[in-house]
Amino acid sequence: MSVAEQSIAGAEARGHGFLASSVGRKVVMAATGVILFGFVTVHMLGNLTSYMGAEAMNHYAQFLRTMVHGMGIWVFRAVLLTAVGLHIWAATTLTLDNMAARPVGYRNQQNVASTWASRTMRWSGVILAAFIIYHLLHLTTGTVHPNFDHANPYANFVNGFKVPAAAGFYIVAQLCLGLHMWHGVWSCTQSFGLAHPRYNSLRRNFATGLTVLVVGVNISYPIAVLTGFIH
Amino acid sequence: MSKHFNLTLHVWRQKNAKCDGKFVEYPAENISPDMSFLEMLDVVNEGLIRKGEEPIAFDHDCREGICGTCSMVINGRPHGPRERTTTCQLHMRSFKDGDSITLEPWRAEAFPVIKDLMVDRGAFDRIIAAGGFISVPTGSPQDANALPIPKESADLSMDAAACIGCGACVAACPNASAMLFVSAKISHLGHLPQGQPERYLRVRDMIAQMDAEEFGTCTNHGECEAACPKGIKMENIARMNRDFIKASLTYRPATTSGGGAG
Repeated sequence: MSVAEQSIAGAEARGHGFLASSVGRKVVMAATGVILFGFVTVHMLGNLTSYMGAEAMNHYAQFLRTMVHGMGIWVFRAVLLTAVGLHIWAATTLTLDNMAARPVGYRNQQNVASTWASRTMRWSGVILAAFIIYHLLHLTTGTVHPNFDHANPYANFVNGFKVPAAAGFYIVAQLCLGLHMWHGVWSCTQSFGLAHPRYNSLRRNFATGLTVLVVGVNISYPIAVLTGFIH
Repeated sequence: MSKHFNLTLHVWRQKNAKCDGKFVEYPAENISPDMSFLEMLDVVNEGLIRKGEEPIAFDHDCREGICGTCSMVINGRPHGPRERTTTCQLHMRSFKDGDSITLEPWRAEAFPVIKDLMVDRGAFDRIIAAGGFISVPTGSPQDANALPIPKESADLSMDAAACIGCGACVAACPNASAMLFVSAKISHLGHLPQGQPERYLRVRDMIAQMDAEEFGTCTNHGECEAACPKGIKMENIARMNRDFIKASLTYRPATTSGGGAG
């Protein structure tokens, strides 16, 4: 049998579809990643109101709950939940494919170009998923919050971070977010095919800049509460 | 004359694809720093043959770095420690007396071990057969330069065409992904006018075959680019992704009532 005959028939193979293909799932990963990076950036900016005092932050929270007659927040939640679901689905299936692609490993593989961030994506991702569940139970539903008051988000924010263990977990989770974003923001441009020598340093610098900004400001919140700057 | 030296090799020995393999230790004695890595293995093998043992099987052909046949992972790096160097072009002066060297085959589900350090890279041939070609009518040759091609396109095409299909990218990738190889072949044809008619069919066919061969997927570590003996760039992978996205968005399902004159 010739090599050409051993290749799977073109039309039949092509029929396996965009979402089943390796590159297709990477594009899903990248597109949902952009939604999630966009969200954490806006989330970080919104929380800056905490530095402006209780009234500003509570007013901002009120706006989020009431925009578009209270529908807006549910639209955002639906989009985010879908994005997170697709992101985890793509990551899981691609990871399983990658593990199956090398059943026998090397005795001592030398890493030359990869970064610690790129090699720990699946672990930083799992920690972030656990953190998001905790974060929702902590400051959205108040289930694991010491003294939650639905009417006063600012007080919840301050009292939540006064518990050093909780503040510590937030800081660790933000560092994981940093690792995940630094590789992810750059990586998604590659998955979308946005590579060109003129823009290569720009996309690396953009990933670094956005990561430092988001993570730096986010970490400042629990630290500001613990040091009494926000009280 | 430069000083000869001794090494210890830890070599993956595997009888065939079905058997389990294991590492076996061999001394490599009186090695000249001017030998190539494969010549060093030839010396070790001659010793094994004299003792009546089975020599270490490894792939090699041109021994001048252009055929892409030699393939082994040396101390955890495909083709060894030097950049842009195939195993056959690696010299023993890159090592020193008393060094311990681990030799393993390319490790990927899609590259089954034939014997010891030799793997079956037929998966690459099947990917090429799926779309890595252009269809042209043969006949009398065209005038030279009848088709205008910008210098930049010719250069980028040639850079991608430098791929010798050795599989070091797959071996180096933590996910055993073949995307650097496939993207090099797609870019090599896609930068030229002759590659345009089948451009968007090609990218879908080759990626479908790549997936069917059970290679892993790219997570943008960059290990492939660092291991490639021909310096193929990851920019090609981005280009392949771009072509695939466009091909998937604009694909027209085949219909039975096609074209026709009139």
